[in-house]
Amino acid sequence: MRIHEYQAKRLFAEYGVPIAPSRTAESVDDAVKAAETLGYPLVVKAQIHAGGRGKGGGIVLASDRDGVRTAAERLLGKPLVTDQTGPSGRIVRKLLVERAAQIEEELYLGLTIDRSQRRIVVMASRSGGVDIEETARTDPAAVLKEEVDPPFGLRPFQAFRLAHRLGIPALSVRPVAKAIRALYRLFIDLDCTLAEINPLAITEDGSPLAIDAKLNLDDNGLFRHPDLRELRDLNEEDPLEVEAAAANLNYVKMSGNVGCLVNGAGLAMATMDLIKHVGAEPANFLDVGGGATAEMIEKGFRILLSDPDVRAVFINIFGGILRCDLLAEGVVAAAKKTEIDVPVIVRLEGTNVEEGRRILAESGLKFETAADLKEAASLVAEAVKEEG
Amino acid sequence: MSILIDENTRAIVQGITGNEGRFHTRQMLDYGTRIVGGVTPGKGGGEVEGVPVFDTVAEAVKETGADASIIFVPPAFAADAIMEAAEAGIDLVVCLTEGIPVNDMLIVRRYIEIRGTTLIGPNTPGLISPEKSKLGVMAGYIHKPGPVGILSRSGTLTYEVVHQLSSLGIGQSTCVGIGGDQIIGLSFSDLLPMLEDDPETEGIVLIGEIGGSAEEEAAAVISERVKKPLVAFIAGRTAPPGRRMGHAGAIVTGRSGTAETKIAALREAGVSVADSPADVGELMAGRLTS
Repeated sequence: MRIHEYQAKRLFAEYGVPIAPSRTAESVDDAVKAAETLGYPLVVKAQIHAGGRGKGGGIVLASDRDGVRTAAERLLGKPLVTDQTGPSGRIVRKLLVERAAQIEEELYLGLTIDRSQRRIVVMASRSGGVDIEETARTDPAAVLKEEVDPPFGLRPFQAFRLAHRLGIPALSVRPVAKAIRALYRLFIDLDCTLAEINPLAITEDGSPLAIDAKLNLDDNGLFRHPDLRELRDLNEEDPLEVEAAAANLNYVKMSGNVGCLVNGAGLAMATMDLIKHVGAEPANFLDVGGGATAEMIEKGFRILLSDPDVRAVFINIFGGILRCDLLAEGVVAAAKKTEIDVPVIVRLEGTNVEEGRRILAESGLKFETAADLKEAASLVAEAVKEEG
Repeated sequence: MSILIDENTRAIVQGITGNEGRFHTRQMLDYGTRIVGGVTPGKGGGEVEGVPVFDTVAEAVKETGADASIIFVPPAFAADAIMEAAEAGIDLVVCLTEGIPVNDMLIVRRYIEIRGTTLIGPNTPGLISPEKSKLGVMAGYIHKPGPVGILSRSGTLTYEVVHQLSSLGIGQSTCVGIGGDQIIGLSFSDLLPMLEDDPETEGIVLIGEIGGSAEEEAAAVISERVKKPLVAFIAGRTAPPGRRMGHAGAIVTGRSGTAETKIAALREAGVSVADSPADVGELMAGRLTS
């Protein structure tokens, strides 16, 4: 789960990761009021779940009341387009108004999970404020790392060593090491999968200060943190994806026009790939789960069809323990409740497949059934071609 | 022959009194798997499907001589269940649970490394050596005994490939679901040498997907020590970056974990990578006869 910068910074404050004084605002007046309390100069920052806000004009420096008012008026309620939002951008609903600091240097600090090493890795660099992946690629030596052995955690000497290796002024080494340890504690306590401060500023008195804050939380760890669940911002998500998630379905909206409904994530991805392989474009990823029920199939089918871009539907089910006849009943029930004006191609395989196919055939609905994946693929290709 | 499990495998079911545990205990018994006991803390002394239930894994091992365990325990308790099995001396632990926090799995990995326990999963359908033993939830009847080993990060996509192979008259030696999570037990690179050394396995199918670098690591192992014909499919070419595609581990982060780099690495290692998931069976058939 992604959270906003202002939410991450509140968590930083709890854990002792240094941040500048700030307030949030949802209206222009609130922004001005916040500014008057905080004092100038200030930074007005659009709160959306996407990077690239600086380049996209979502972060504005203001030296007085008028500056804050102008920035807030320009940002609030309007879409902000960055290189990560797509062309339509994201609507800005909240601003973070923050005291601007005198920055001497910009560092990078990040914690993530290295899957192949099976370790948490702490990364730091003196090239902060820029795309760290790019730095890692072009100048790998510029990104310093400490690996954490899970049962023992990040030891204090490791945090100190990392800060020391950066080569920053001696006065800043201990405070930076302290910030690293604080961020690590937060990462572990809150089940994060990514914690990133880019940049971590060194201010004129040598202290570290988190200018930006990015936290990704492990969805699978949220059961331990009911309070963090509240941080989810549904405005940042596709409404169909929200609806699907509520029904325990994995749905990801895509830009094509062939909707697909599949049981199992791997087969669902493979089905999208197959659609693309025959020259069409998938409209979505929809995994109804390896153990889907007829009700879940029905719900998934309805979500799929409420996407206006969908010109054809491809249902690909491999029933194992899950019986094909039950699945077929779900599909038929959903189809009868929904008005379908696009071709529906069904490929059913597995337990009780004959019974499942019979249910589809006798439903009186116009399904095109395919005997195997190959045939299904060519039916999809035809359906899209006919659509022009 | 087969790898990891065969007709001699003696398994317990952790979480045997839950709905899933109970249902699949019956299914596995019907398939011929030797399920010798079950464990549910606080429910020892009873029976499920004719199988004795114990309170602890240690007790179950002592009474039954089990050497394997299959885990159907909810996410909040599954990491602990794996460690309990490892501590009790179980050699092979298969954890089906989906949704274990990744930080818990980091600890589990170290715990089992210290004890020399083999872990399959989590978030896996399990594994099967057709007509010998099944520790998993896959439908047994689609599998046929035969010469192809299958390693996969997916469940139903594996059934699809098994079905293609079985329809062509090609059976399987052992099919292993390695799991769809970020942190798992045995990976492709651990299992490939086992299949290479298994005299009954003549060909290998590898089913990968976006996210992580397990396929790239597999390619390195293949170049080094796998001579048997290999066919692969990598799911998720069309997946948008930064989005998690169902499996916790299926995500392209920044520039890493893309299907393209995985496919390129495998092809470089001499693997026949199918462009379409519909072609995997036929590709394997071709590689076996040539």
